[in-house]
Amino acid sequence: MKTITIHPVTRIEGHARITLHLDEQGRVADSHFHVTQVRGFEKFTEGRPFYEMPSVMARICGICPVSHLLASSKACDAVMAVRVPPAGARLRSILHFGQFVQSHALSFFHLSSPDLLLGMDSDPARRNPGGVNAPLTADVRDRILREIPSARAITMKTLALLKRVVDQFTEEIEHFGNHPSLYLGLVDPRGNLELYDGRLRIMDDMGKFMTDQVDPETYQDLIGEAVLPTSYLKAPFYKPLGYPRGIYRVGPLARINLCDQCGTPAADAELAEFRQRFGRPARGAFHYHYARLIEVIFCLEKMEELLDNPNVLDPHVRAEAGVNAEEGIGVAEAPRGTLIHHYRVDPHGTIRWANLIIATGHNNLAINQAVLQVARHFVDGNKLREGMLNRVEAVVRCYDPCLSCSTHAIGQMPLRIQLVGADGQVLDEQHR
Amino acid sequence: MDRVNLKINGQPIQARAGQSLLAVARDNGIDIPTLCHLDGLSGVGACRLCLVEVAGVGRLLPACTTPVQHDMDVRTDSPRLARYRRMILELLFSERNHVCAVCVSNGHCDLQAMAQSQGMTHVRFPYLYPPLKVDASHRRYVLDHNRCILCTRCVRVCAEVEGAHMWDVMSRGVHSRLVAELNQPWGDSQVCTSCGKCVAVCPTGALAEKGRAVGEMQKPPLHLTDLALLRGGLS
Repeated sequence: MKTITIHPVTRIEGHARITLHLDEQGRVADSHFHVTQVRGFEKFTEGRPFYEMPSVMARICGICPVSHLLASSKACDAVMAVRVPPAGARLRSILHFGQFVQSHALSFFHLSSPDLLLGMDSDPARRNPGGVNAPLTADVRDRILREIPSARAITMKTLALLKRVVDQFTEEIEHFGNHPSLYLGLVDPRGNLELYDGRLRIMDDMGKFMTDQVDPETYQDLIGEAVLPTSYLKAPFYKPLGYPRGIYRVGPLARINLCDQCGTPAADAELAEFRQRFGRPARGAFHYHYARLIEVIFCLEKMEELLDNPNVLDPHVRAEAGVNAEEGIGVAEAPRGTLIHHYRVDPHGTIRWANLIIATGHNNLAINQAVLQVARHFVDGNKLREGMLNRVEAVVRCYDPCLSCSTHAIGQMPLRIQLVGADGQVLDEQHR
Repeated sequence: MDRVNLKINGQPIQARAGQSLLAVARDNGIDIPTLCHLDGLSGVGACRLCLVEVAGVGRLLPACTTPVQHDMDVRTDSPRLARYRRMILELLFSERNHVCAVCVSNGHCDLQAMAQSQGMTHVRFPYLYPPLKVDASHRRYVLDHNRCILCTRCVRVCAEVEGAHMWDVMSRGVHSRLVAELNQPWGDSQVCTSCGKCVAVCPTGALAEKGRAVGEMQKPPLHLTDLALLRGGLS
């Protein structure tokens, strides 16, 4: 038995390691996706005032702080049993749509597009760019409105490019996490795409709804959390099917599969074309990229719609209340998938217990399965080729995993790959 | 009234006998940094930021509790004092958890502003981060020991202005804690009038109104000098 270790996995948010276990013939026998970090947000927030949680939780992630802020705020809304003024909810939505555009653009343009534009076998130094794009700022309505047309034009151009490029990746699409799974996400009351509010829908691999319009507060009836010996990241599963059969996926692909329609004209046109090409549900993890761009268009359209409404300037955006319930659950869609914040507080409002289920956590089982599938197809243990190992990484990147969030991270970024022989001797080693 | 002649930073100054060095310096437009001092409350010399050099005296003296004397030659500003002041601030920051990014007083905090004005760029000492509780038992206010610098402004305003004397400090050194009414939960206090003066004078986010998000705790102004004058207490 030989082991190949890819550590850390590059161009993802956070730090991970992949080990590929080879049999005597050098074929991939098994694989593990290890998340090698733990942060402890659920623990160290115990004893803090509940109203501090949104700002603390936003620090979980530098990529999607707004999603954590909103899920946490919704959990606090529940603790206060308060109704958010409509103008406040609208501003939250606009902020959230802006967050989606920024996060999806980061994932697509900086983290994944080098694979698509330069090819999986290109020189790593060219493929791994430095720096991060500046986020969209959202302080002045008119300024945002002025920027939206150009953002839409860039997205449409990129989508057209992706559609042309996608046909060159037929082998990847076939073997990139193209496996049966359930899909979980929020939809609005009409079954359309919903990112801020909404209720849970779960679809099986054949496109049948297993549950629909379920109150997210009852997530514990649907979702169990398994602890894996090989990773700090827990593995949520769909309770009625048990572990590990209850494997499900969240995020852009899941949402695009789940929703009946997006609800905005341009995004709906793209969704129709997507379904024509890949069906419903589309299974390949490679399609996460495509789904991400459709969502960007949706978000830009929704932002424009909200900002064009004069109500958006309503000054009444805040309701005040104290502790009216000792438990609160807040659920929103983060760019990478459904995000659950669940708090229990004492009568004075200090946190007694917190549980977070983060998008990448939901996808943990699916990422593991996708890595195994790709490794079996592309990795030949007798040779350590750059392009081959990058494909293993790239399938992880399809999910745009945010590992620092999901383990609620510290680590070193240079890539280390080890090929370990049956006797435990290091046969080959590469540094990036 | 007795007059006292002295020199501050080489400048000849006339003061009233019994005045503190701090009061005289400020009356003459010379600023000395302070955190525990508030006009209208008694001086206690707790924060040590107002340390000054006095010619002929080997140790540094706190300007807030040192009365003026004839022929004193005082320096309020020197590389040595600047070094000590930064060190004092670094020790305050290292002793408890002052993570500004998630603090209700971020942007409106005397400690934060003082660190900026004194040029504190980093903390050279290891952070202690003791596990300290948050007392959220009061209906309107919250006490977070993690942000407390033990300046005792709250203790003094409660005792000297409100007349309730609910706050005190227990234990010694690094174990010192602010306590409400002989170490009870604040919400159980019989003497607290919920006047909010302690919250108003607290220089950090240690005492705050409940429900304030990051940076939202702007302390209301209290006209302590007027109150003290009405009571005939201001020297």
